[in-house]
Amino acid sequence: MEGEPSPRSGAGFHQGSFPLAVNVDLQTDATLQVDISDALSERDKVKFTVHTKSTLPNFKQNEFSVVRQHEEFIWLHDSFVENEEYAGYIIPPAPPRPDFDASREKLQKLGEGEGSMTKEEFTKMKQELEAEYLAIFKKTVAMHEVFLCRVAAHPVLRKDMNFHVFLEYNQDLSVRGKNKREKMEDFFKNVVKSADGVLVAGVKDVDDFFEHEKTFLLEYHNRVKDASSKSDRMIRSHKNAADDINRIASTLYTLGTQDSTDVCKFFLKVSELFEKTRKIEARVAADEDLKLADLLKYYLRESQAAKDLLYRRGRALVDYENANKALDKARAKNKDVLQAETSQQVCCQKFEKISESAKQELIDFKTRRVAAFRKNLVELAELELKHAKGNLQLLQSCVGVLKGDT
Amino acid sequence: MAAEMEPPPLGDAGQTDFREIEDGEGFFVSTVTTLESPEPSSPDPPSMPAEGISTNGPKQEDISLDDDPEDLFAEATEEVSLDSPEREPILSDGPSPAITPVTPTAMLTPRMGLGTAEMFERSLDEIEEDDSGDTFDMHIAVSDPEKVGTFNTVLMYSYIKTSMTIFSKNETTVRRRFSDFLGLHSKLASRYLHIGYIVPPAPEKSIVGMTKVKVGKEDLSSAEFVEKRRSALERYLMRTVKHPILLKDPDVMMFLESSELPRAVSTQALSGAGILRMVNKAADAVNKMTIKMNESDAWFEEKHQQFENLDLQLRKLHASVECLVCHRKELSVNTASFAKSAAMLGNSEDHTALSRALSQLAEVEEKIDQLHQDQAYADFYLFSELLGDYVRLITAVKGVFDHRMKTWSKWQDTQLLLQKKREAESKLQFANKPDKLQQAQDEIKELEGKVQQGEKDFELISKTIRKEVSRFEKERVKDFKVVIIKYLESLVQTQQQLIKYWEAFLPEAKAIA
Repeated sequence: MEGEPSPRSGAGFHQGSFPLAVNVDLQTDATLQVDISDALSERDKVKFTVHTKSTLPNFKQNEFSVVRQHEEFIWLHDSFVENEEYAGYIIPPAPPRPDFDASREKLQKLGEGEGSMTKEEFTKMKQELEAEYLAIFKKTVAMHEVFLCRVAAHPVLRKDMNFHVFLEYNQDLSVRGKNKREKMEDFFKNVVKSADGVLVAGVKDVDDFFEHEKTFLLEYHNRVKDASSKSDRMIRSHKNAADDINRIASTLYTLGTQDSTDVCKFFLKVSELFEKTRKIEARVAADEDLKLADLLKYYLRESQAAKDLLYRRGRALVDYENANKALDKARAKNKDVLQAETSQQVCCQKFEKISESAKQELIDFKTRRVAAFRKNLVELAELELKHAKGNLQLLQSCVGVLKGDT
Repeated sequence: MAAEMEPPPLGDAGQTDFREIEDGEGFFVSTVTTLESPEPSSPDPPSMPAEGISTNGPKQEDISLDDDPEDLFAEATEEVSLDSPEREPILSDGPSPAITPVTPTAMLTPRMGLGTAEMFERSLDEIEEDDSGDTFDMHIAVSDPEKVGTFNTVLMYSYIKTSMTIFSKNETTVRRRFSDFLGLHSKLASRYLHIGYIVPPAPEKSIVGMTKVKVGKEDLSSAEFVEKRRSALERYLMRTVKHPILLKDPDVMMFLESSELPRAVSTQALSGAGILRMVNKAADAVNKMTIKMNESDAWFEEKHQQFENLDLQLRKLHASVECLVCHRKELSVNTASFAKSAAMLGNSEDHTALSRALSQLAEVEEKIDQLHQDQAYADFYLFSELLGDYVRLITAVKGVFDHRMKTWSKWQDTQLLLQKKREAESKLQFANKPDKLQQAQDEIKELEGKVQQGEKDFELISKTIRKEVSRFEKERVKDFKVVIIKYLESLVQTQQQLIKYWEAFLPEAKAIA
């Protein structure tokens, strides 16, 4: 673990230089701007420096920073989910846990295999793995930042007390990760929830809008999941091919230095060419990962959050209908009528409140989604073009040189 | 591309007479023996091939050639002897040592006489000078693999060649089966390898691949197998005919020209000949370990080392390229599957402009997956197969070096034997046994001759190898240069297509409102 790179950069993670891959119209609002200005990878945790600029009166200063870890983000997210007041909103999905395991394992394997390869190969592979580590690191920073920005942009959530504490309280929040028992509780809660979800989803909605959204989201979520996993596989094949080109370049180089005939020039030139094109291929895979795979993964999580909203509304609807039935029964028996009436009122209000905000949330979700896809697809196409043109130029110039030589 | 890989349907009615081969008719056997048996009287070489071929003549129903079969072969005889002056001395002497089967080299000398041997060497030089500037205008294309025969199906490959003047026709189409190619190689190897010529190795047998084809599985993998084999046979044949000595070999000429060939049974793995081959290989391996040669020629030492290094690196490169082919195929498959998934996603997206853009993305990705597949095809046929061929060729080169060692070893052994006999003779001088003494002196004379021959053989093989290696290196350089450029051009094309596809997609993406 000691050999682990610890990327640390001051300016590197500002919103400008590493643009948010996913969200577009979170254009700021000078009243509250949040970003992650720095990050430090240490052993098995990552420390994020959350930087806030605000003109809101409730903060003591106009600009301040705190250090937070992943568990604290989860705590914040969970507090939103558990808050009944927010039942009618799409809760911004929690950022995934920073996962450097795969990368760490590869670095370890490289260390063990050091004896079996030449020094150049070793250095090259080490550089690549370090670059990969850095890429994963940047991604996890971006995802945590997106979460905070979504919260900051939401008209209601941005006012949340816990959020302000998260941003401002410059000591450790003492949020411990869930222990085993709590994790088991969560697991069972989820099981119950999904069973319930199925029941709730079965209830046909009177409102056309919501009925449509329900069907749409269900199908959309599944297809995004499929597209996300397929895009991951495609990108991994791409990376594998780039790695092969790397090895070919090395062997060509050895052949070129060994060969005493005319063809050694060819080998050396092509080796040089492949070194360069391989870097471009690796960049293509990385960009596809950012613009396509990450986009799909994010909307997988967001569509789940939207489904959760629909579930909560559905739940409220069922509760409301049950309360109605109970009221009718109570009236019929003329027993506990007042109680039933209050209960029915509460359910009704809850349901209507959720319905109202849910509608707006779902409309916003669509707008955000369309904008994000547009931005990313355009950028994807532009990057693919840029790389293909770069590759083409390298290849053509090499062919020109080699043809001239024969 | 997939369409191209499907083997053409079973041959039509016009080709029916080739089914005869399936029945294993034995009337071609006589031809074989005519060529193989040593002819002490050494008949006029040009007539030998004609002799062999004309046996075929009357029985031929040659569909592909317009001329009357008799005429064709008569022409061949004439052509052969009326060749341009430079070729004549070669033809009169060249084939003779070649046709004599693999007998101990000692027997060659009394037959040929030293004079002819010198002429042979000289004519070799002439060939070399000839070829340095000539335009090799022979083109061989192996194509149209066709299944023939219903029960024990066999694939027949036909090929067309446009040829140089020593062949009778400008364009000929003949049909050959895989074992014919193997048979040709085995004959050439047994004739030329041990005297230092680098004989191109034939493509490998593949029981699995062939069984699939025989069973009639018309799927992609068997189509690929057929294509791979076809391409390998083409390259093999081209390499063989590019070799100036091998080209003149009557077996090669017969292979290229005559419509039917005797079935080469000795190439079957489990035949008597096959087992003999395996035994010989094992014996060779043991011998190699025990021979320690005094290398007096630094050139050979250096070259040997060079080829060892080249072998190692080429094998490594071949393995990496095979990996690349595999991953590119995977990439193609995964891209196709992503394309489908994106199309589905586009379908369920309820914003119309985004939905259209996603469908467009799916289309682009589908085109790109085809692009990857084509590139993998180029990776394989251009790059990977070349490397595989050269790995096998270098094994042949190393074999030739080994033969030189064996020749040296034989020479040394004969010398030792001579020494022993001399010692024995001097002992006999004092023993007063006149018969035994005479016998010993006769043996010594014979051995002295053998030692001389051994030395000559060694020098000859060394000289041949030098020439062969220089020719091989020239070919290698040319081959690699050509293939590398072709391969890079295929990569250029792929990138150009990619640019086209993404440029078409970009406005669609921007149009999302």
